[in-house]
Amino acid sequence: MSNKILEIQDLTVSFDGFKALNNLNFSMNSGELRVIIGPNGAGKTTFLDVITGKVQPTVGRVLFNGNNLKKTPEYKIARMGIGRKFQTPRVYLNLTVRENLNLVCNRNKNVFSTLFKKPQSTEQRTVAGLLETIGLEAKANAPATLLSHGEKQRLEIGMLVAQSPDLLLVDEPAAGLTDEETENVGSLLLALAESHSIIAIEHDMEFVRQIANDRVTVLHEGSVLCEGTMEEVQNDPRVVEVYLGEVPE
Amino acid sequence: MDFNQAIATKTKKQKKRKRIIEISIVVGLIIIFVIILPSVLPAFRLRLLGRFLSLAIVALGIDLIWGYTGLLSLGHGIFFALGGYALAMHLKLQLPDGQLPEFFTLYGVRELPWFWQPFYSFPFTILALIIIPGIVAALLGYLVFRNRIKGVYFSIITQAALLVFFNFFNGQQKLINGTNGLKTDTEKIFDILVSSSSVQRTVYILTILVLIVIYYLGRWLTSGRFGRLLIAIRDDETRVRFSGYDPTGYKVLVFAISGAIAGIAGALYTIQTGIITPSVMNVAFSIEMVIWVAVGGRATLIGAIIGTLLVRLAQTFLSERFPEIWLFFQGSLFLIVVTVLPDGIVGWWRNYAWQKLQLLLGLRSQTVTYPSLESDFEVQQEKQKLSVKDE
Repeated sequence: MSNKILEIQDLTVSFDGFKALNNLNFSMNSGELRVIIGPNGAGKTTFLDVITGKVQPTVGRVLFNGNNLKKTPEYKIARMGIGRKFQTPRVYLNLTVRENLNLVCNRNKNVFSTLFKKPQSTEQRTVAGLLETIGLEAKANAPATLLSHGEKQRLEIGMLVAQSPDLLLVDEPAAGLTDEETENVGSLLLALAESHSIIAIEHDMEFVRQIANDRVTVLHEGSVLCEGTMEEVQNDPRVVEVYLGEVPE
Repeated sequence: MDFNQAIATKTKKQKKRKRIIEISIVVGLIIIFVIILPSVLPAFRLRLLGRFLSLAIVALGIDLIWGYTGLLSLGHGIFFALGGYALAMHLKLQLPDGQLPEFFTLYGVRELPWFWQPFYSFPFTILALIIIPGIVAALLGYLVFRNRIKGVYFSIITQAALLVFFNFFNGQQKLINGTNGLKTDTEKIFDILVSSSSVQRTVYILTILVLIVIYYLGRWLTSGRFGRLLIAIRDDETRVRFSGYDPTGYKVLVFAISGAIAGIAGALYTIQTGIITPSVMNVAFSIEMVIWVAVGGRATLIGAIIGTLLVRLAQTFLSERFPEIWLFFQGSLFLIVVTVLPDGIVGWWRNYAWQKLQLLLGLRSQTVTYPSLESDFEVQQEKQKLSVKDE
């Protein structure tokens, strides 16, 4: 039996009759780095919303490690091991980089243990290690609001890792970055892919080529249009028609 | 690696020095407020100051829920009144056996309502004036936060709750003397008249002690991981959820603590005012509490105290000399704070004035040629390492 980390069956999400996702089937193995592409309005972000519990499916179900996520609140899904990075970097601007990581690192996130327990030394070591991984050691004690856009992206990815999730969901990590920063984020993702399963949603084709060494899924109008390696996908006439036609090749 | 250790010991030393400075400031303030002011000020003024200090306690509670957690409550009058009424009921019951507080006979009530009974006990009263407002706040908070109501809607709901309580208390002549409220000045506590100078002075000192305790409670709550999570909830609640925290519990707890603090403040205020009426639950008073925090500086704690004292002292001073301009002053004060000092007085001092002052006094040298070096973290890190090496 193959080890499926995520399985989505017959998923439909409709907002007042508009079907953002339409009878979508999807599955991925544990340890995989999957890139999802698709034109605007294909339902990519809604797809992540459903997995993380922000939006409830109208029909169908989402299985994470075999558990149905129906009606599970976001924070429980996060504790089960799904971490999500948002499209625009969302870090706590008034906290320092170290505090940002430290908050997420917390092993027990109940109210009273957060209030009464001192952070453990293992957690502090995790934070120190993460600071090194994301390359923000010098700015560890700077408030996150002083970071550049790219640094915020890296910090947010660091925060995801601090959660030690099994599955990372990354929404357009390269949006608004310079070429150099994009490359940095790309190699960071590739490094993380060695120990995590990752779903990355992306628009930037250069970036997709950098990270997609596994399978790519194309979404169109709320369902999966096709799936395969980057090579196969690029040469699929349907994909060219809806999406890749514009990309010079 | 030993650099890091050296830096750590250095910051430890700096922390110790800071702590000593802080303790001496606190001791100095205690001497001024507890020893000097009572001997200088006339009893009437001292009583007024005691009331302001108890209002500063509510402001601390509002700072916790608004300044740190970002939930603007316009209903703290409820908790303030609950605390005040709890203590006033106890004082009203200091009567010979078999007698009822006189207002009951006025409305033809012959038997003490059941919920008055436990207030014969002093320890129960003290517990009640903390716990009842806390529980009411927790219940209200739970219902609101569980449904993810926030922002303006939260403010409106707290204000609506305030109006409900206000009207309810106003209408209950037979239970709590309705609009007239409960007068405490003519009652006795431990067989001494409440309005006597010895009781008033004790309460004044008690108020200062409570203020200090609550201030440090606030510091403790906001300094560790818990406090940073409150700021995180304020800045980006969705992110907090996706990091595996359930914000509801945190918000309920802080709102309950904030309500309990308001209850304590209400009790201290009542005994130093001499009466509690439902009018402490009018809309304007609860909004004024928010203004104190805004003037002093949100999320600074000390700012809440400074803001309350400044606004209230200014109010007393101006309304005595120029009664007609006070309202204009209050309005313009709020406008100035919102437009010119969005971080309040303390925020302005920390972010701007203190640095300017240091420059003027020559305590800090400024890099003129490349001022950006001062704010470059990598340069600063190197500098720190080098300075440790030199020692």
